[in-house]
Amino acid sequence: MLRILLAATAATLLASAPLGATEPKTSDLKTSAGAEVAPGISRERLEQAVAAAWKNLPPDMQARVVQDETMQLCSQYRNSPPPAVADAILAREKKNVAYPADGKLMGDWKAGEKLALSGFGGRMGDNPKLPNGGNCYACHQLAPAEISYGTLGPSLTGYGKIKGNTPEVQKEVYERVYNAQAVFACSNMPRFGHNKFLTMEQIKDAVAFLLDPASPVNK
Amino acid sequence: MIPGWKALALAGMTAASMTVSSLVSAALTSAVAQPAAAPSAGAQPAGDEDADKLLEKYRAMISDPMSNPGYLAVDSGEALWTTARGPKNATLETCDLGKGPGKLDGAYAEMPRWFADAGRVMDAESRLLWCMETIQGLDTTALRKKPFASSGGNPATEIEALVAFVANKSNGFKYAAKMEHPKEREAVALGEALFYRRSSLNDFSCQTCHGQEGQRIRLQNLPFFDTAKAAQATMGSWPTYRVSQASLRTMQHRIWDCYWQMRMPDVGYASEVTVALAAYLTKKAEGGAIEVPSIKR
Repeated sequence: MLRILLAATAATLLASAPLGATEPKTSDLKTSAGAEVAPGISRERLEQAVAAAWKNLPPDMQARVVQDETMQLCSQYRNSPPPAVADAILAREKKNVAYPADGKLMGDWKAGEKLALSGFGGRMGDNPKLPNGGNCYACHQLAPAEISYGTLGPSLTGYGKIKGNTPEVQKEVYERVYNAQAVFACSNMPRFGHNKFLTMEQIKDAVAFLLDPASPVNK
Repeated sequence: MIPGWKALALAGMTAASMTVSSLVSAALTSAVAQPAAAPSAGAQPAGDEDADKLLEKYRAMISDPMSNPGYLAVDSGEALWTTARGPKNATLETCDLGKGPGKLDGAYAEMPRWFADAGRVMDAESRLLWCMETIQGLDTTALRKKPFASSGGNPATEIEALVAFVANKSNGFKYAAKMEHPKEREAVALGEALFYRRSSLNDFSCQTCHGQEGQRIRLQNLPFFDTAKAAQATMGSWPTYRVSQASLRTMQHRIWDCYWQMRMPDVGYASEVTVALAAYLTKKAEGGAIEVPSIKR
């Protein structure tokens, strides 16, 4: 019974439906400074407060504070964009997915496992010369032996066993990890490749951790 | 960046503290080591239950106020409140936290609030800094730059100690910030907008972790603030003594820490952003009992 349940949740993968959505006030696909982001609060007002709280930053840090179009829309619609906005996000994000030149999408599952366990990287004080972690276990259940897993994302235990590892499946998983919003608009999952938080090689390793029959995820 | 924090950073995302996770995994190793006949998947929910029970036990073990080191900060905060200091050689005993000069009882329960003299909505931390500046004539620049004690058993900073003292004077009170002044209402709405604002390297907002009931990061339960009970339990237990950091921590630190996890640069201390988020969360916690400083992992 539990196996079936796990399989069902794994099948939905990252398609977690956001809760607490508010009715969109506008069907504009573009964001605007005047858009209301909370009762009586325009985006312009919000961004004024943000700029005052994070000021005098070097350019790389400043870039973290500023939202791109997708972040703006997901924030405005509280991760439940109306269909037309969701389609626009999907189209934009799909264009952003980059693939390895040699076409190989499965890397080393052992490196992928290390990646899944590590929450290192990107925080103030983290050495930027060391590789970032994917921190998959923060949100997902993966190998059954690892009991310290989060529940913000669906369980992925047995994912490769359920889905197989055909080229199509590999491509699907690679895309989800590279840019979750190319598959599901306003997904809670980070756009790891798009944001350059993980390298292509690391994403390939994550794909292997999920799909390789030898990976503990599928044992 | 807060020095000494780096060591903790290496331990990974907040997850469970090393203390809790080692306690739980040690106990679970035996709990999960069942007869071979038990299907491995079937052992999982039992494992979860055991983890919850053990965490509950751990929390009960550390929640004895008589052994809560957070009370050291309360005491030093009281000394700071009553000692004449600064160029004006004055105590803070005339500081108005919203209920009148020197009126401490229940004042924290009604903050953040609008202060006409400052022309701003202020939380306890902003207001105490303001009092240090205006009443004592102190220069708070250095304190604003390094408001939090480094992890690892260092004494609370002046502002942490003062907040602990002031907040403790609202024990037995219930959160009753009115949020009726137009500027207070604006702060709550701004906090709401910030709660949903996604940014930085991982596209996170507060909502990412606190947008659903009953979720966790690793083994750490996450409060869902749309549930009044959860909001009340969370807000009613800050400031807190954090065992994993061996330090008294305030709500400003909690918010700074969340942004740190969100891979954002350090958020301005006592800025409009942190005060607005505190206002939004305090509004959600209306009616919740205050019992501080608490003690958490």
